[in-house]
Amino acid sequence: MAKTHVSTVINGEPVEFLCEPQQTLLDVLRDELNLTGSKEGCSSGDCGACTVICDGKIVCSCLMLGAEAEGRSVTTVEGVAQGDHLHPVQQKFLEHAALQCGFCTPGFIVAAKALLDENLNPTEEETRYWLAGNLCRCTGYDKIIRAVLDAAAVMRAEAGR
Amino acid sequence: MSFLDKDTLKVVGTRPIRPDGVDKVTGRANFGADMVMPGMLWGKIKRSPHAHARILSINTDKAMALPGVKAVTTRADFPHLPPDKRVIGAAPANLWDLSRNCMAIGKALYEGHAVAAVAAVSPAIADQALDLIEVEYEVLPHVMDVEAAMAPDAPVLHDDIFTAGVDPKPTKPSNVSKVVRFTKGDVEAGFREAEIVIERRYTTKPVHQGYIEPHACVVSVAPDGQTTIWSSSQGQFMVRGYTARIVGADIANIRVIPAEIGGGFGGKTIVYLEPVAYMLSKKSGRAVKIVMSREEVFRATGPTSGAVIDVKLGAKRDGRIVAAQAWLKYQSGAFQGSPVQQGCICGFAPYDLPNTETVGYDVLCNRPKVAAYRAPGAPISAFAVESCLDELARELKIDPLELRQKNGAKDGTKAAHGPTWTNIGYARTLEEAKAHAQFKIPLGPNQGRGIASGFWHNAGGESSAAVHVNEDGTVTVTEGHPDIGGSRASMAMMVAEVLGVPFESVRPVVGDTTAIGFSASTGGSRVTFAGGMAVTQATQKVVEELKKRAAITWDISPEAVEWKEGQAFPAGANAGSFEPLPLAELAAKSARTGGPISAEVQINAQGQGPGFTTHICDVEVDRETGHVKILRYTAIQDVGRAIHPSYVEGQMQGGVAQGVGWALSEEYIYDKDGKLENPGFLDYRCPVASDMPMIETIMVEVPNPRHPFGARGVGEVPIVPPMAAVANAIADAIGVRLRDLPMSPPRVLAALDHGEPMRQAAE
Amino acid sequence: MPNLSFTAPTTVDEAVRMLAGSAGLAKPLSGGTDLLVQLRSGRMRPEAIVDLKRIPGLIGIREESGEFVIGAATPGVMLSEHEALSHAWPGIVEGADLIGSQQIQGRASLAGNLCNASPAADSVPALIAAHATCVIAGPNGRRTAMVEAIVTGPGRTSLEKGEFVVEFHVPKPKPHQSDAYLRFIPRTEMDIAVVGCAVNVTLDGNGVCADARVVLGAVAPTQIVCGEAAKALIGHRLDEPTMAALDAAAGRACNPITDKRGTIEYRIKVAGVLARRAAKIAFERAGAR
Repeated sequence: MAKTHVSTVINGEPVEFLCEPQQTLLDVLRDELNLTGSKEGCSSGDCGACTVICDGKIVCSCLMLGAEAEGRSVTTVEGVAQGDHLHPVQQKFLEHAALQCGFCTPGFIVAAKALLDENLNPTEEETRYWLAGNLCRCTGYDKIIRAVLDAAAVMRAEAGR
Repeated sequence: MSFLDKDTLKVVGTRPIRPDGVDKVTGRANFGADMVMPGMLWGKIKRSPHAHARILSINTDKAMALPGVKAVTTRADFPHLPPDKRVIGAAPANLWDLSRNCMAIGKALYEGHAVAAVAAVSPAIADQALDLIEVEYEVLPHVMDVEAAMAPDAPVLHDDIFTAGVDPKPTKPSNVSKVVRFTKGDVEAGFREAEIVIERRYTTKPVHQGYIEPHACVVSVAPDGQTTIWSSSQGQFMVRGYTARIVGADIANIRVIPAEIGGGFGGKTIVYLEPVAYMLSKKSGRAVKIVMSREEVFRATGPTSGAVIDVKLGAKRDGRIVAAQAWLKYQSGAFQGSPVQQGCICGFAPYDLPNTETVGYDVLCNRPKVAAYRAPGAPISAFAVESCLDELARELKIDPLELRQKNGAKDGTKAAHGPTWTNIGYARTLEEAKAHAQFKIPLGPNQGRGIASGFWHNAGGESSAAVHVNEDGTVTVTEGHPDIGGSRASMAMMVAEVLGVPFESVRPVVGDTTAIGFSASTGGSRVTFAGGMAVTQATQKVVEELKKRAAITWDISPEAVEWKEGQAFPAGANAGSFEPLPLAELAAKSARTGGPISAEVQINAQGQGPGFTTHICDVEVDRETGHVKILRYTAIQDVGRAIHPSYVEGQMQGGVAQGVGWALSEEYIYDKDGKLENPGFLDYRCPVASDMPMIETIMVEVPNPRHPFGARGVGEVPIVPPMAAVANAIADAIGVRLRDLPMSPPRVLAALDHGEPMRQAAE
Repeated sequence: MPNLSFTAPTTVDEAVRMLAGSAGLAKPLSGGTDLLVQLRSGRMRPEAIVDLKRIPGLIGIREESGEFVIGAATPGVMLSEHEALSHAWPGIVEGADLIGSQQIQGRASLAGNLCNASPAADSVPALIAAHATCVIAGPNGRRTAMVEAIVTGPGRTSLEKGEFVVEFHVPKPKPHQSDAYLRFIPRTEMDIAVVGCAVNVTLDGNGVCADARVVLGAVAPTQIVCGEAAKALIGHRLDEPTMAALDAAAGRACNPITDKRGTIEYRIKVAGVLARRAAKIAFERAGAR
């Protein structure tokens, strides 16, 4: 099977890769680029563990072909922190103990960051519906929602400065 | 040293950030599927499309001939296990059953049962190779449900299983693999005394643990048999022992490295993939990675049982229960071993009942072999018992909480299954529930409130721990328990507390099977209890050693040295006026005073404290669609001592959410051919974030005096009451009782339209 | 998939050539949220995947002489972010918005939802109720069809080999016209609709219904335009007798199956409930204009 050559930007860096037509972006991230932070939970777009940001919108990377990433800009969980400076969402997840096994966490971090990039003042309900595509089996969502709302508060305060 | 007094604690009871946290929020943490090894092949498994079929032949020639395929394995590669090789150590599994579950012999016993496997240079080629494996089946009649499987003319799964626990021993094979019975007092006499008797039937469907991480492993077998296994599991020692037995290898030749684990809830306390990957690696000479798809997880890994439960309660008009009986029929799936025994024990355990009888049936059927799921067996029987208690309360016109207070177990109560309770907090959970603000919130139209209680024994068992003082005075604690909920943080907290040093200077490590002594699996809510006991004991040994080193330094007797707040002090003026020696200094000088400062401890922990809980649930029902919304939920639990309160709260909240899914939306749906129709997260409906409200948690602390910090297991008991709490709330909201799970919208609507469901035995 | 090819043409004609010229099954790709699931599960084994998203005009929404033109591959998030469309046709936008999660919304398209031809497709009933049409490109050139002419059965469309949807045309609402879409699912999100109902009404100046279209999804092999239900509304205000008539008509129009998502009786019941509730919202919205 002939491979496709793809040029893309991942976490701000230009990246080139070869992929087979049926390989998803998730397959490419994990198996070709060693970016194993995005996880495969279901391969059907129902759990959100593979969430990445593509051209500014969150998508399930398991539902995107690697070849479709040509010319696009992708942010994965590995690109959320800036060096050793955690994003407020990451920091609040830690403070609120919003993770237990941590498997769904990368997907939540990316999805929550995207929410706060768009809306710094979400209500609890808006936050729950935005994150409805991210399944968590360990936490019951309580501490996750608190962490995201708290991160929003921190970011509003910083923006207000 | 006693650490039971909360007021003296500086670290335990606080909420530090977990040491593995940054890795997990940045995507650095490595789970089962994140490992790669040089030359690695991709393994895939061929699975039976039939629920019950004889395997007439398997031809792998075409698959082997496909370019890129490096190995194929079938049952022929796996050794037979004679009876004396079917268990390992004190581990619970029947390894012959497990071996046959990993790779079928003679018959496929459920849709999805593994029959062969391949390893190839890419996942795509492995997939193609699977299609080229030719399997000839003779399809047999299948049976799916418990009472159908118990019928005399049911298709029999194993012709060498005769019902155990029945006298005289049967001569005809049966799908009922065992019957168990627990009695206390005289139940018939009790019912004669009763002024009211109610009898009800409840049913539950199988539900999956639903961990978001599918099973995954990488196995590398060298030509001399030395093996490395990377896998996510609830026990690296379990993986080692079970794999060794199933493939016929020596334990010492296998090193299992525990990956971070993406959820288990009991479902990863056994192996599915490692023995298969082992064979493929052995035959190909290369490392082999196998990762299950979500579909495979649903088709072929253990859900918990579906069940039919009949409950009969007899009481006096004042609410005292004088007799209680229950008949529990649990599915075990394709091999025996449902948690029906636990169901029998746990259902009535919160209560002080003079006369009880519970009978449990373990029933085989053509479904995947059942695996442990968070308090295995207990949520099912609690659904029935706690719903029935609510029905009794309504008949007697007694408040359901009061009914439980009247009959609740206290210190000194003898449980039906034997033990006498001491230091239990059940009554406290009821008091806290009664006083809780949720009861003051008025309910609107179509809204209802329900309560339910629950019990789980928790476990002790074997754990090892090692504490090492590093040359710079920081400390490493190595333990053998995969961390599924934040336990390694709690281990470090206990070490820091005993040593009197800051939490940040203690680094916990979950060691592989060569790095630490044997440790039983993470499960049974045992890690903070047993693992915590081991790390505490190891740290106490280190403290004794540190005192010795100070004594050597000061040239006094070790008895004259005290350890406090991370430093050695002379014990009183007579010992001498020496400046205190902090840990870092003793560490720096350790070579001069005797060598490295370390201690390792191996225990078989006893004295685990049981867990009790009471939950309050408010719902709103849409009478036109049957949709149920959870408005509010409070879980009140006796947690002994919350080592890290955030993680205890997390266990409570997670168990509640799973229970809510079990109550309202989760179930396996099979077609008439025994094929699973919903093997994915789309139609197997776990609660999503918008389905749940905030979950309030109240931690009652009645310390367990047999643990140095008073800890008792907390992880499992939260899943025990929610189904009944929700069912009781729905009954309160709409005035109709649902007794079959899940209480999905069509069932709620049907109940509203038809009134009381038809099945009930009148008094 | 030994012979799978992936291409991303930049013109409609190129795409038609690739789709028509493929020896085996060739699938157009817009959001991929159905196609990739089917690919992964082995349910679909195409020889060629033709990505439409690089063709100018396939993604985007524009307003032209009395109608909205929506590119076939426009993702759901773009629809909900489009103020004019959301204001004009809240029902169409909420139908599309209900598809899956926020992540799915980042990709899922109207054309994909339509041509996947699931009876439960959320974005289709409101499009039909608004008399939307689609422009189809194929080997014989372009043609226009009503959206309700596309789906012919579960998983089947009236598109010929080599044809694909290029864009949707949705007429702008008349004065006092609006719509609503509701669906029933067991959870609060993420499920496929058990029943879906779109109601599109035009009121006269006095709040009386002058025109209506009621379209049900997930209760028959294709979406159903319920003539009887519309008749129950036309000439009436939305009072109790009208609602009861609407409920009954919607129930009668159903031809559902019992499957893992719902039973026949349940779907019939809920179809009536949703018709009433959607009508209420549509009337309120139309009256407010």
